[in-house]
Amino acid sequence: MPLLNVSGLSKRFGALRAVNNVSFAVEEGEILGLIGPNGSGKSTTFNCIAGLYTPSGGSILFEGAEIAGLPANRVCHKGIGRTFQIPRPFRNLTLLENVALSAYFGQDRGATRANCWRFAEEALALVGLPTDARAVTDGLGAAALKKLELARALATQPRVLLADESLNGLDHSEMEQAADMLNRIRREKGITIVWVEHIMGVLMRVVDRVVVLDHGEVIFAGPPKDAQANARVVEVYLGTETDA
Amino acid sequence: MRVSRTALIGLPILIALPLIVHLLFGGSEKYYLHLLIQILIWSFIYTGWSLMGRFGLTSLGHGAFTGIGAYATVLLWNYAGLTPWLGVPVAMVIAVVVALLVGYPCFHMRITGHYFALLTLALTEFIRLCIVGLRDYTGGSLGTQPRRYGDGVSLYAMQFEPDRVLSYYIVLTLWLVGLYIWWRVDRSMDRFALDAASQDEEAAASVGINVTREKLKVTAISAAMCALGGAIYGQYQMYIGPDTIAGLSVSLNIVFACIAGGLWVMLGPTVGAVFTQVLSEVLRVSMQSSVTLQALFGSAVLALDTLIYGLLLILFIIYMPKGILGALLEKREKTSSAPTPPSRAVLR
Repeated sequence: MPLLNVSGLSKRFGALRAVNNVSFAVEEGEILGLIGPNGSGKSTTFNCIAGLYTPSGGSILFEGAEIAGLPANRVCHKGIGRTFQIPRPFRNLTLLENVALSAYFGQDRGATRANCWRFAEEALALVGLPTDARAVTDGLGAAALKKLELARALATQPRVLLADESLNGLDHSEMEQAADMLNRIRREKGITIVWVEHIMGVLMRVVDRVVVLDHGEVIFAGPPKDAQANARVVEVYLGTETDA
Repeated sequence: MRVSRTALIGLPILIALPLIVHLLFGGSEKYYLHLLIQILIWSFIYTGWSLMGRFGLTSLGHGAFTGIGAYATVLLWNYAGLTPWLGVPVAMVIAVVVALLVGYPCFHMRITGHYFALLTLALTEFIRLCIVGLRDYTGGSLGTQPRRYGDGVSLYAMQFEPDRVLSYYIVLTLWLVGLYIWWRVDRSMDRFALDAASQDEEAAASVGINVTREKLKVTAISAAMCALGGAIYGQYQMYIGPDTIAGLSVSLNIVFACIAGGLWVMLGPTVGAVFTQVLSEVLRVSMQSSVTLQALFGSAVLALDTLIYGLLLILFIIYMPKGILGALLEKREKTSSAPTPPSRAVLR
């Protein structure tokens, strides 16, 4: 049984069908890339899974239980953590408080107050941010903010991590580091990852499978090598050297 | 709980204050004690409001909760003979129920900012209209009094007004309880959750915070504190009126004083209470006793102190958005050694 099973998912905003009958499954321990051109429905799909949007139709099964329509905090308690495309740190809190908060509230039964600070330090150390209690979010660069997003999601002790454009705004070496980090998180923590990304080179190196969306529909699901060879995927998203 | 140096110095002074007032102002001791009692009662109410206000929940509905606290206690005593020892908790429960009934749809539907302020303002007006409308019981706009129980102080009827020193120590205890509640909330994980939710509700929910529940929790505490403050105000003043303890003017005074004192520091609302109570009293006495001003403005001099009070508050809010205490603490922090910011190289 897949860990996360999205089936016939639809989301309409008035007359606009942002996501239309999308189905894919995520197996435990894999990194699944969710790719597609702008407006293809990737973020909407993410937001439906994460509980920010209520789907118009379809089902989302996590560990065999329906989670479609649950509020975001309940989805998090079930074991699904997420990062945002544009980092959304809590600016009035320190780095440690940002992450400790996630550890405390992010789990169903809740970490104890003492434990949540330990979880937070571990998560910050894992992503390479300082665990200094005085460190603040002001002046953080794009890479550090992405790391903070990741640490905050990891502190909720998720089984599935929804990573939304983790490479956006990073330079080449930072991208490689971020991709390696996601791989390490999967390897060391056993966390399954669904990764929305636009930077294909790095993504294709790391993911086990990709699901390609276009106009809210799935046009391909399979290994990255096959996606790169798929005529439809190349046409609508990857393009050819001539196109460039 | 670490006791700060300020508390170690301040608390003995506050305990000795009735004696100091007696020694310094023997003749008008009662007046100055009355002023101190007023400051402490309102400080408690303001502290209760700031529990919510500091998280961006700008409620203009707290005049309703002080009104419910005062009126429910007095009406239960006057008409049902229920001792305020039971009447006050009942009043607090009613205030909490009303707060939750209004708060739940607001927080669930993410009504914030101006809309939240307007909705809570409507609650205040609704309660005021109820008080005025039920004039047979509440005395309408003229207000009412708790039925006297004996001539002096009564423990059973919670009537302590004849003894100003006793009244002072009662409200001092109340104020300390208010500060303790503020301190507990400030050091709880709920404070971080509310801080996070006040910035970004979606991001807060995504890390597992039940934003509606967190807001309701702090709203309930805040409403209960204001109801308790309102009830104690009524028991001390031995008079309650819709304009003195319920209604929009009370709500606005609460908000102004908290902003003037400082929302984000424990003693900010207290500083706000000292500032607003002393300022309005000084202006009232100086303006209304000035022969020159009376000659210039005639009977309009009676409104002059309120006008200047309002103007000064506006100026404070514009030029000291962090409040008096907030601005002072910020200045002190800047002059003392600031914490070393983390290295940019590490944070990249």
